Amino acid sequence: MDVSRAINGTARRTRFRPGAEARCRAGIAMRLLAGVGGGYAVAALFTMALSIGLPMPRAEAVLTATMASFAIYAAAIVWAFAAPGVLRAWAGMAAQAALLLLALFLLEGYLP
Amino acid sequence: MKDGFRQSMAWLHTWAGLLVGWVLFAVFLTGTAAYLRPEISYWMRPELALSRPGPENAAVAVAAMQAMAPDSPSWFITLPNERETVTRVFWRDPKAQGRRFRDAVLDADTGQPVAARETLGGDFFYVFHFQLHYVGVLWGRWIVSICTMFMLVAIVSGIITHRRIFADFFTFRPGKGQRSWLDGHNVCSVLALPYHLMITYTGLVLFMLMVMPWGIDRAYPGQRAAFNTEAFGNAPPRQRAGTPAPLAAVTPLMEEARQRWQGGRVGRVIVQNPGDAHATIQLIRAESERLSYNQQSLTFDGTTGALIHDSGDSGAAAEVRGVMYGLHIGRFAGPLLRGLFLLSGLAGTAMVATGCILWATKQRQQAARRGAAGFGTRLVEHLNIAAIAGLPLAMAAFFWANRVLPQGLAQRGAWEAHVFFIAWGLCLLHPLLRRGRRAWVEQFAAGALGFALLPVLNALFTTQHLPATLARGDWVRVWFDLGLLGCGALLGLLAWKVARHRPSAPLPRPAAVLALRSLAEAAP
Repeated sequence: MDVSRAINGTARRTRFRPGAEARCRAGIAMRLLAGVGGGYAVAALFTMALSIGLPMPRAEAVLTATMASFAIYAAAIVWAFAAPGVLRAWAGMAAQAALLLLALFLLEGYLP
Repeated sequence: MKDGFRQSMAWLHTWAGLLVGWVLFAVFLTGTAAYLRPEISYWMRPELALSRPGPENAAVAVAAMQAMAPDSPSWFITLPNERETVTRVFWRDPKAQGRRFRDAVLDADTGQPVAARETLGGDFFYVFHFQLHYVGVLWGRWIVSICTMFMLVAIVSGIITHRRIFADFFTFRPGKGQRSWLDGHNVCSVLALPYHLMITYTGLVLFMLMVMPWGIDRAYPGQRAAFNTEAFGNAPPRQRAGTPAPLAAVTPLMEEARQRWQGGRVGRVIVQNPGDAHATIQLIRAESERLSYNQQSLTFDGTTGALIHDSGDSGAAAEVRGVMYGLHIGRFAGPLLRGLFLLSGLAGTAMVATGCILWATKQRQQAARRGAAGFGTRLVEHLNIAAIAGLPLAMAAFFWANRVLPQGLAQRGAWEAHVFFIAWGLCLLHPLLRRGRRAWVEQFAAGALGFALLPVLNALFTTQHLPATLARGDWVRVWFDLGLLGCGALLGLLAWKVARHRPSAPLPRPAAVLALRSLAEAAP
């Protein structure tokens, strides 16, 4: 599993550690979850925020946001696998989601 | 760090591509066939004669609908054009349970239902490539959309992985086993990269409101009709009045549309509430005249014939979406551009196929070093054969079924599709009996034979054989028969190549590391 190691950002010596393989797999699963699940959440929040926030007619904003959402989703998945560590991948995703959520709340006027 | 990044992307590329590779292969190949949807439909109805579209087609079709479905709340009429010589209609049936729509194919000149065999025609490949078969409309669309998302990720990570994107454009080293597969994969991918990106992204955009409904649900909670009116300039629907009134004549409206569009042609006619005082007649401009798929339409009052709504120009974002839609289905393209779209679609098909084979080849070489191939490797090899060699064979079987199945068979159109899947299912079982290269050669050869014999079959079962169509100047049928021979030749060539192929020895390690760093290190 050469690449699982690369994916998890751990050094070459892990090969001989017991349980390394299981940790690799767990790391990949976590990244997969961050990319597919977290990425979709980020893309969905992005679409919502832009749909009501873009300074253009409502229908145009919805179309623009939704068309762009797949680029965001793809970028999020790439990020989940490119981040140097699993924690970083999750942290990045969570930070994005939090920012977008905040923007959404501001746009809808829930916060002062 | 930099290498780690590239390796992660290579890993992502490999798995995103491999996991759904077989679905993507099928979607690409049937989608490519869908570029020829009207031609396939025409070929599959040998009873149809060549006819020319005329100005009276719309009036004839409306009269036919008045006789056939006077109680229906809406009629949808697709007029004949230079690629399709029949009028296709479907309508909402107020009495029907379950499937609410009924459809028919009409003779453009008489309005009579054409006496043609019951067949799905080119619609089968077209519909299969975005919603599969047997699984239900929504399930199919979701599955294909998810696989398309995998494809987008595979393309993006593939581009990142790929350092020498322009050098590889000119690099092909045949006869070198795994390296040749890698080169082949790169050439197919890079050659038509803009096309692959375009077709994948626009494919996602087609179903974006299903896959990513959050924006529209937020901005238009429960008001999709309002969105359609605002975004695409559709006329708001009119309520039924309940008082009967005769329908206005359609021919003067066609003339008015022609003048307003500076000679543009009407492609479709939609009549709402025919026979009611609140009827509307909507004329939609032909798709072949515009790149954008956004409908340019005029809506008339159905009793007085007065213009009540002009779709006008849509906003920038709506136009972008329309252009994406139009690019994806490619109906604006003339013969030359359509040919290029076809070739690019085939390149995409080859890209997916070589990618899947590359993975298996790589695993095989590792297995040769290690001793035995694992279950995963054998599974991938098996599915590769069934998908890549089996699908063309199944397509040939579909065409065979169209010619051979008895005319009176109940549900004949559905049976054509069943034959397609039975043939494909047999291709899935066949590699259990005949392993490895044998299975490849036999399925390719069977597919080649299937396609090459189709023109012969055509001569045996119909009067539309090659000499006759040549003499009559029915060029669509002539080209189609020649194209079938071409498909047979291509599959035959593949069979011959695989049969002659001698597996090369595993590459010496240092060379492998240098040449294949990007992908070879990728697969776990």
